[in-house]
Amino acid sequence: MTTLVIAEHSNTELKPATLHAVTAAQQIGSEVHVLVAGAGCAEAAAAASRIAGVSKVLVADNAAYATQLAENMSALIAEVATAYDAVLAAATAGAKNVMPRVAALLDVAQISEITAVISADTFERPIYAGNVIATVQSTDARKVITVRATGFDAASAEGGSATIEALSSAHDAGLSRFIEERVAKSDRPELTAARVVVSGGRGMQNGDNFKLLEAVADKLNAAVGASRAAVDAGFVPNDYQVGQTGKIVAPDLYIAVGISGAIQHLAGMKDSKVIVAINKDPDAPIFQVADYGLVADLFQAVPELSSSL
Amino acid sequence: MKVLVAVKRVVDYNVKVRPKSDGSGVDLNNVKMSVNPFCEIAVEEAVRLREKGVATEVIAVSLGDKSCQEQIRTALALGADRGILVETDAELQPLAVAKLLKAVIEREGVQLAILGKQSIDGDNNQTGQMLSALAGMSQGTFASKLDIADGKATVTREVDGGLQTLELSLPAVITSDLRLNEPRYASLPNIMKAKKKPLDTLTPAELGVDVTPRVKTLKVSPPPERKAGIKVGSVEELVDKLRNEAKVI
Repeated sequence: MTTLVIAEHSNTELKPATLHAVTAAQQIGSEVHVLVAGAGCAEAAAAASRIAGVSKVLVADNAAYATQLAENMSALIAEVATAYDAVLAAATAGAKNVMPRVAALLDVAQISEITAVISADTFERPIYAGNVIATVQSTDARKVITVRATGFDAASAEGGSATIEALSSAHDAGLSRFIEERVAKSDRPELTAARVVVSGGRGMQNGDNFKLLEAVADKLNAAVGASRAAVDAGFVPNDYQVGQTGKIVAPDLYIAVGISGAIQHLAGMKDSKVIVAINKDPDAPIFQVADYGLVADLFQAVPELSSSL
Repeated sequence: MKVLVAVKRVVDYNVKVRPKSDGSGVDLNNVKMSVNPFCEIAVEEAVRLREKGVATEVIAVSLGDKSCQEQIRTALALGADRGILVETDAELQPLAVAKLLKAVIEREGVQLAILGKQSIDGDNNQTGQMLSALAGMSQGTFASKLDIADGKATVTREVDGGLQTLELSLPAVITSDLRLNEPRYASLPNIMKAKKKPLDTLTPAELGVDVTPRVKTLKVSPPPERKAGIKVGSVEELVDKLRNEAKVI
């Protein structure tokens, strides 16, 4: 049984989420291939070929895939997928955009955001914002799956020596056109890949006060996140949002500052190894999931924290 | 331009759901049901397009048993012009819903379909993308801004790390993210008016769609509980615990 993993990449770099999808693929089938579709993506393909446990990398290097337009990507993946028993991708915004189309084109269901592989056709996945875990079995001959990265360890990025095979097929549906992408530049690690995440909520009061968290984050090489309340209040951009409808994170250390702990926020961070909550309200629900809770005014506690690190 | 919006009947977002004790499903007895919040945003966007004169008619479609009429009436009270219920007691999964919506779109000559990006029960985030692929319509998912002009849709999308803007040729499928708009509240006169708006019923058989589920739910269970830890008295104690007990810094 051979599985295909769709690489998440920036043409020059392979995104770490891919490594988690490879681990899930290995639990489903013995042989794992990776598809890298992009434009000028040789470096990403070379990186994919070094992932431990990957035996072949397929590369579709064509202008049609430069910006990962869903219509073009899905046509390619559905074509390549017919040679595989299962197609997987890490549940990033990019894969969520493309993979359901692949499933529809193959006339199969998609199993979204699996967190565990029970057998080749049976998986666990969270529903109702993580308040319920469903065990589901696919009856389709071919599986299309997205993988919640926090549910699987990362495969080793080095140690493999897969063969690289070029694909010539170019699908350009001509239905959509890329105009621009505005991505915040940051020297900090990506939220979903960071070992430590420092998040702020409504208690931060304004966007300026997030500088306090940034000072802590700089000391710990951490990413900065936020609750939906903080994003909705306009303190920080929406890609900071941790939660059911934002990013799902599971770092070694999650520090929640001025966050009450709404269900939808907990859904995005409760798999973190160690959770710290700093909040002045001793009854805030966040303390029910925190390993270490500090009832304090964040405007005193956070500066004190950054100076003692 | 006719606009279709899909509205799903789901457990209200304020309800804390629990698996049944035998693990056969989620306990839905006496639970408040509402329009999926993302679908409500989709309805609002469609109604605004009609108010701007871009859309000529907004059709609200729901799929499921008779009780989904309630959610269609909610959409009508928010400003949709008429409703269609695709009625079935069968369990509907995203692929089947996408096929049914495609059939309705072809029947009605719809140019723009706006769906919620995901429903808060199944959390699948699939239907809009599947519909777009099956119907050969262009796709703009996770939209935080939508403009329609000259037969094109310009959509700003929430992606990892920022925002992406695409230009789509019509017909198109859009899925709404949280920040696309803030839905209005239905006024009492509009709720009364909604009762008189037309609501037609179709069946999967009439639309020629096989809705057989492809995925079986074997069991549902509560997630592993996370226990509350300890309260620390000071920042100093916190740093000490993180260094020497948890060893994470």
